[in-house]
Amino acid sequence: MYTQGLDVKSDSDRAPPADTPTGPEERFQARVDAEEKIEPRDWMPDGYRRTLIRQISQHAHSEIVGMLPEGNWITRAPTLRRKVALLAKVQDEGGHGLYLYSAAETLGASRGDLVGDLLSGKAKYSSIFNYPTLTWADIGAIGWLVDGAAIMNQVPLCRCSYGPYARAMVRICREESFHQRQGYEIMLALSRGTDAQKRMAQDALNRWWWPSLMMFGPSDAQSAHSAQSMRWKIKRFSNDELRQRFVDATVPQAEFLGLTVPDPDLAFDEATGHYRFGAIDWSEFERVLKGDGPCNRERLEARRKAWDDGAWVREAALAHARKKEARAQAAAA
Amino acid sequence: MARNEWPLFEVFIRPKNGLSHKHAGSLHAADARMALENARDVYARRGEGVSLWVVPSAAITASEPGDRESFFDPADDKVYRHPTFYDIPPEVKNI
Repeated sequence: MYTQGLDVKSDSDRAPPADTPTGPEERFQARVDAEEKIEPRDWMPDGYRRTLIRQISQHAHSEIVGMLPEGNWITRAPTLRRKVALLAKVQDEGGHGLYLYSAAETLGASRGDLVGDLLSGKAKYSSIFNYPTLTWADIGAIGWLVDGAAIMNQVPLCRCSYGPYARAMVRICREESFHQRQGYEIMLALSRGTDAQKRMAQDALNRWWWPSLMMFGPSDAQSAHSAQSMRWKIKRFSNDELRQRFVDATVPQAEFLGLTVPDPDLAFDEATGHYRFGAIDWSEFERVLKGDGPCNRERLEARRKAWDDGAWVREAALAHARKKEARAQAAAA
Repeated sequence: MARNEWPLFEVFIRPKNGLSHKHAGSLHAADARMALENARDVYARRGEGVSLWVVPSAAITASEPGDRESFFDPADDKVYRHPTFYDIPPEVKNI
C-alpha cells in the first residue's frame, strides 16, 4: 500500500533542465518512450536514479510505518475473524516494505542508509499514517479509503518504466487485493449495526476522508517532480487525475453504506460524469508532512524503539552465523 | 566431486524485456565468465532471452523436497489472505 506524491515545489529542488540532451540521455528516453523496461545494469540518468530511490524508499517507509496505526488494534479486534484478517494485512505490509527496499537497493542505495534516513526523520513517508486510529471503525476506514487510494496510485505503477519497481508492484497489488475488501466489510457491518456503531462508522469517515484525498499528493500545479516523472514513465497519471478517479469510485460506495461524505461541496456533475469536490486544506498536508501531524513523533519513536530493541537480535544472529562458519572451516581443515 | 572437475553453475534467463529472470538449467564451467558464454551457447541459441545470470550452484540454499508439506503448510489454513473470503454485495462497484 501507500505510495504518495510528497514533493512540494521548492527552489532547491527543481527538475533537471530538459534542453541539454546528450547521446545517452536521448537513447534512454527513446527506450522509455518505446515502453521498454529499464533494468539495474542499464545506463540511466542520475536524476532518474535519484527520483526512483526517493520514491521507492518513501513507499517502503510508508509500508513499514503504516503497520503502526493498524497494529494498534490487533489485540482489540472484535472477533477472531477480524483479528486474523488484520494480522494478515499488517503482515503483508511488512513484506511489501521489504520488496520495496530491495527494489531501491537494485539502484545502488544501501538498506542501512535508507532505514537510517527514516529513523533520523530525514526521509518522508505517507502523511496518512500520522493520524491516530481512535476506534475500531478506523480500521474499516483505513482498509476502505486508505487502501482504496493506494490501489488507485499503485495499479499504474505496475507499468512503471523501472523493471524491479514495476515487478514489485505487480506482486504487491496482487497480494493487496483483499485489503480494501476487508475494510469495506468492517464498514458494512458497522453501518448496518446499532446506532452507536453507525455513528462510529460516520465519525471514522469524517476523519479519514480528507487525509485520504491528500494521499494523492499536491495538486498538479504544485507538484515538484510530476512532469519529469511522467516523461520518464515513472508516473502514468497526474495526482489530480488519480484523486478524481478515487472520488468517483468511492462516493457511491459511501452511499451504499448510508454514510455521508464530509464535503458540503460534493456534487455529481452530469456534464462531465465526475464528482466535483471541495477545496483540500493543503496547509494541513504540509504541516503533517513537516512533522506536525497528530502522531508524527509517536510514529518515529515507535520505529526507533523497534530498531534499538532489535539491535541485540541482529548482533546475535550475525555472531551465531560467524561462529558456525568458523566451526565449519575448522572441521574442514 | 573430483578435484579437477569444473564447478556447476545455475543459469537464469530473462525471456524478454520487463520480465524477471527464470531458471533455465545448469552447466559446468571453469569460472563465471566461461559460464556466461557457455550459457549463451547452450541455453540461448534461438533468441530465448535478453539477459543471462549465472550463479554458482554451491551458492544456492534450497528447501528440502521431503519437507515440502510441513515447510509450506503455514499458508494452507489462511483463507483470509484471499479476497474471496470477504463478503461484498455485488451492487458495490470498484472494490
